[in-house]
Amino acid sequence: MKEIIRLENIVKSFYIGMPNELEILHGINMSVSEGEFVSIVGPSGSGKSTLMNLIGVLDRPTSGNYYLDGIDVEEARDDELSDIRNRKIGFVFQTYNLIAKTNAIKNVELPMLYAGMSKSDRRDRAAELMELVEMSDRAKHLPEELSGGQKQRVAIARAMANDPAIILADEPTGALDSKTGRLVMDLFHKLNEEQGKTIVLITHSEELANETDRILSLKDGDIVNEEIRRVRE
Amino acid sequence: MLIAENILLALNSIMSNKMRAFLTMLGIIIGIGSVISILTVGNSLTLTVENNMQSMGSKDIFVTVNERTDKDGTESIIDGVKYPESEVSRKDMTDSDYITGDMIRDLSDKFKDQIYAINVTKQVGKGEASYASKDTDISVTAVSAGHFLTNAVKIKEGSMFSANDFGNTRNVCLVDDKMVEKLFDGKPENALGKEVEFDIEDAKPTTFTIVGVYEAEENPGMSSMTSMISMLMPGARIYIPLKSGMQLTNSKDQYSNFRVSTNLGADTEQLAKEITNYFKPLYSGNANYEVTAVTFEGMLDSLTSLMDTLTLAVSIIAGIALLVGGIGVMNIMLVSVTERTREIGTRKALGARNSSIRIQFLIEAMVICLIGGIIGLILGLLGGSFLSGLLGYPASPSVGGVVFSLLFSMAIGLGFGYFPANKAAKMNPIDALRYE
Repeated sequence: MKEIIRLENIVKSFYIGMPNELEILHGINMSVSEGEFVSIVGPSGSGKSTLMNLIGVLDRPTSGNYYLDGIDVEEARDDELSDIRNRKIGFVFQTYNLIAKTNAIKNVELPMLYAGMSKSDRRDRAAELMELVEMSDRAKHLPEELSGGQKQRVAIARAMANDPAIILADEPTGALDSKTGRLVMDLFHKLNEEQGKTIVLITHSEELANETDRILSLKDGDIVNEEIRRVRE
Repeated sequence: MLIAENILLALNSIMSNKMRAFLTMLGIIIGIGSVISILTVGNSLTLTVENNMQSMGSKDIFVTVNERTDKDGTESIIDGVKYPESEVSRKDMTDSDYITGDMIRDLSDKFKDQIYAINVTKQVGKGEASYASKDTDISVTAVSAGHFLTNAVKIKEGSMFSANDFGNTRNVCLVDDKMVEKLFDGKPENALGKEVEFDIEDAKPTTFTIVGVYEAEENPGMSSMTSMISMLMPGARIYIPLKSGMQLTNSKDQYSNFRVSTNLGADTEQLAKEITNYFKPLYSGNANYEVTAVTFEGMLDSLTSLMDTLTLAVSIIAGIALLVGGIGVMNIMLVSVTERTREIGTRKALGARNSSIRIQFLIEAMVICLIGGIIGLILGLLGGSFLSGLLGYPASPSVGGVVFSLLFSMAIGLGFGYFPANKAAKMNPIDALRYE
């Protein structure tokens, strides 16, 4: 299996004023293969969010190497990091982060706009994705007119816009009730199984993590446990 | 591609904060509005003055007796050009100070190949004309033969004065249709040959024979000199030959000013200098007065520069309004950037480059300014045409001013929007996403 994500000795520390430097991650080594559905669990303060920011190239590690789909992220300039986020990563946030006052389908088109796709291609692809997440009938609705579960489905469609290498989901069901949370998880499984998407799920829920192929447990900035629940061919 | 999307985005954002956007635009609206209205008024004024000058003959030279500049500088000087004062203000002028008819005739001979006509006029005065128990207010102007060569009038009935009329002191007159309206029931043919009694201030009542009826100018914009005179002297305007006028008021063959029309192709500026030089020896012994010759072009130049000064003054005030408006735009854009921190974070997570974010907010600032500029432009055009209408001049907005003001308002958006846009562009995506 091809490795999509490879982290080698990743250290992240934050400078919080002389003479202290707070080290959040103490040398993480991990890798994710293509088509894998991996979850990262851990209590709050364990470094989950920092790790996610690094995997999502929203931030750079203090030291260590990170290869994303074969690209050495360390070497990339800011604009290149933007392009990597645009094409290689699909973000799904706990708080949806849809652009307000912009309708659902326009939200889905946004990453394609930044990728420089033509208007007609954008529209076709966005319509296709809305169909995939079963939101076609709400395409013209503003985010404020949608329920939490609907918003998250639009956000997932948006994450899929440029056919990214990985979907990075940060507590995607955290703000949803268990029933809609279930629907969202089903959607992730569908994307993973039918489209072969690599998914990295960050959660603190054991229950959701147990549905994934592999669970990485993070504690105080170290991966303390790795549990393989399903081996793929 | 991105530009069009960003404009839509900007309009969206403005529409969702209408009141705020409008208040932000106010400074721009006021600034652009005042610039456009002053440009419109100035333009129409300048155009009208230029038209008048042309219809009066920009090739004309105005020769005037003036108080000596080296005396004590009490004469009216605007931008170095001496303006002819009315005879009334020259009560202390003695006979020897005036330009005599002989001087004018000699001058005319000397420069005859350059001079097309010499126009000597005397305002005889205001009074009443009566015929068959009807009467009307009149003002009487005595003119030389040259007057009608440069100030054409349209004869409706009868004829122009003959050479004989100018040569002799015959009491003949040209009347306008206003007088015909009052005294002859509006029928010019009835007026011809009739003897009308003129009762003019400082002159004994005299009868004049009507030889012609001319069309009074109704459009005040057509000739500023005519309209200025008709404002000072209401009622029908009557022309009589110069000599009849002198006889009527018992005045001598002497004048404080006259006008010279030059031939086509003559160097007017040069001739004006030569005329000034011609009078120098004649007035060398005069301690109080001298004669100066000024071209209309010279007067026009000073009028234009006066207008330019006024425009500059208003532009400075408008510039301050625009500066304040620009600061307002910057302020509101900073608020907008802060409010939309999470949106900026999200956009960055979705792959927006810093430059995309910068362009988005720059375009929003420019669109706000442009809308303000367009509103200001419309108000300025309305205000300008209203003001110029009030002045009695036809409004003619300047195309250059319109284009410039729109470009300028966008430049304000660009200039004052840059700092907020850059602040947005430089945001750290993690902090932005976490912003509550």
